[in-house]
Amino acid sequence: MKKEIVDFRVIENCALSPLYSLLKLTPADGHELPEVKPGQFVQVEIDGSKHTFLRRPISICRVDRQTNLLWLLVRLAGEGTAVLLAAGEGRIINMILPLGNGFSMPEAGENPKTLLIGGGVGVAPLLQLGIELKNAGITPEFLIGARSEADLLMIEEFRKLGDVNISTDDGSAGEKGVVTLHSALSRGWDRIYCCGPAPMMKAVARVAKEIGADCEVSLENMMACGLGACLCCVEKTVKGNVCVCTEGPVFNIKELTW
Amino acid sequence: MVNLNVKIGSLELKNPVLTASGTFGYGTEFSDFIDLGRLGGYIVKGTTLEPRQGNDYPRMVETPSGMLNAVGLQNKGVDYFIDHIYPEIRHIDSKPIVNVSGAKVEDYVAVCERLADRTDIEAIEVNISCPNVKQGGMAFGTTCAGAAQVTKAVRKAFPGTVIVKLSPNVTDITEIARAVEAEGADAVSLINTLMGMAIDVERQRPYLSTITGGLSGPAVRPVAVRMVWQTAKAVSIPVVGLGGIMNGRDALEFILAGATAIEVGTANFIDPACTVKIIDYINEYCRRHSVSDINELIGAINR
Repeated sequence: MKKEIVDFRVIENCALSPLYSLLKLTPADGHELPEVKPGQFVQVEIDGSKHTFLRRPISICRVDRQTNLLWLLVRLAGEGTAVLLAAGEGRIINMILPLGNGFSMPEAGENPKTLLIGGGVGVAPLLQLGIELKNAGITPEFLIGARSEADLLMIEEFRKLGDVNISTDDGSAGEKGVVTLHSALSRGWDRIYCCGPAPMMKAVARVAKEIGADCEVSLENMMACGLGACLCCVEKTVKGNVCVCTEGPVFNIKELTW
Repeated sequence: MVNLNVKIGSLELKNPVLTASGTFGYGTEFSDFIDLGRLGGYIVKGTTLEPRQGNDYPRMVETPSGMLNAVGLQNKGVDYFIDHIYPEIRHIDSKPIVNVSGAKVEDYVAVCERLADRTDIEAIEVNISCPNVKQGGMAFGTTCAGAAQVTKAVRKAFPGTVIVKLSPNVTDITEIARAVEAEGADAVSLINTLMGMAIDVERQRPYLSTITGGLSGPAVRPVAVRMVWQTAKAVSIPVVGLGGIMNGRDALEFILAGATAIEVGTANFIDPACTVKIIDYINEYCRRHSVSDINELIGAINR
């Protein structure tokens, strides 16, 4: 897939909470959105911030071809993401996309029992993945973890695609505790896709190995270029250190040394 | 028509814009964004005799107007480069320059010999200034004797243009430049990254796995311009300038200070197309200032 540098215009900035925004953007020149695979990401230029320098890698949440809108779910993490949370309608945001490899889709004719596990802002790429799985005839089920009910993001969007199971640390919604303790996990799965904080993904990877499920996780190591040039975002794999930006961000857990 | 051709030793460049080692991969990573054939040259990733895994993650942290890195020369080794990378890039209508690094003098020599025997690479950049490896690297670049020793050995092993990349982490960079000039270097390039450090105060730990790392980006540019200016006056071989060049204006600062060519590094991470914009800007600047040959601008502030 050819990578492009594209100016996008913010069409809508929906504040989901003081910490999260869902940005909907369209190419400023009116062109169609480039081809994108679920799990790929964009490198967003942060303009108008005093202390940021590098672009920020952000997962692609949804590619809505009907409205020509790209959705990005952004969590306030520092000065760079603060600029994005504050980006008003009409603002131009420069991006490089599509980057990374994305999740692998089942072969035609396969119908694996599939669970998508997301934690916090890590639910972002699972939306587009869920949509494409459903389009491929596979009904995805979701397991979403969050600190509390207020941190659950876009649950209604996921409910449109399949059953949604919820875990919260404080028990304010769904089952209390971490996702790996949720009763849904014990039902047996052929395939698990997971994106969230590293400790959560490592725990999910352990469970996936125990139950014999094929498992892919999406990593978010700190990046500079996002293009495989700087070699900063490396992850230790069975093949040695590899760039998360080009060899990932999605890895089958068999490739990792977890 | 403005002449942008410059010469570094026997290496002829169609324009003075190169890419800095470690920031441009092998060039092909950027082929979606620019026509690589427009570059004066591109300096490929630091190459060592044996493959290297580099340092542990985390290797990077953003800092004001720049970043610290501690990659530690991760690369697949010179044989992999010659067998798998070189065939992919040799058709590009630009000059590939291989950045050569090693823990021992013999390693530098072995890499140079293989490049000389098995490729048509016209120039190498000898890295005696990497701050992120325990052995070799900057250890050679911070003393005149060490720098001279590597240069002398490499000069014998490689018949083409030898550019020696200098460390700014020294008391007087001009002494090192003179030492490598005396041993037959065709040019010097400067500056490699400035050694730095950043601490996560919430975790009360350094950000980098190696604690210290190399600072790059516009934060280092004034230091780099000063060192290029001093060095260009101290030696008679060409100086290649780098350090925080983000745009054409920045590139011209280095040229006016005395650089014959420049390298674009960290800026590639922010705008992968910045190199061609810099070439266009230099061209436009020359027209605007009625300069018919870029060589007239080299060191022009001294005149």
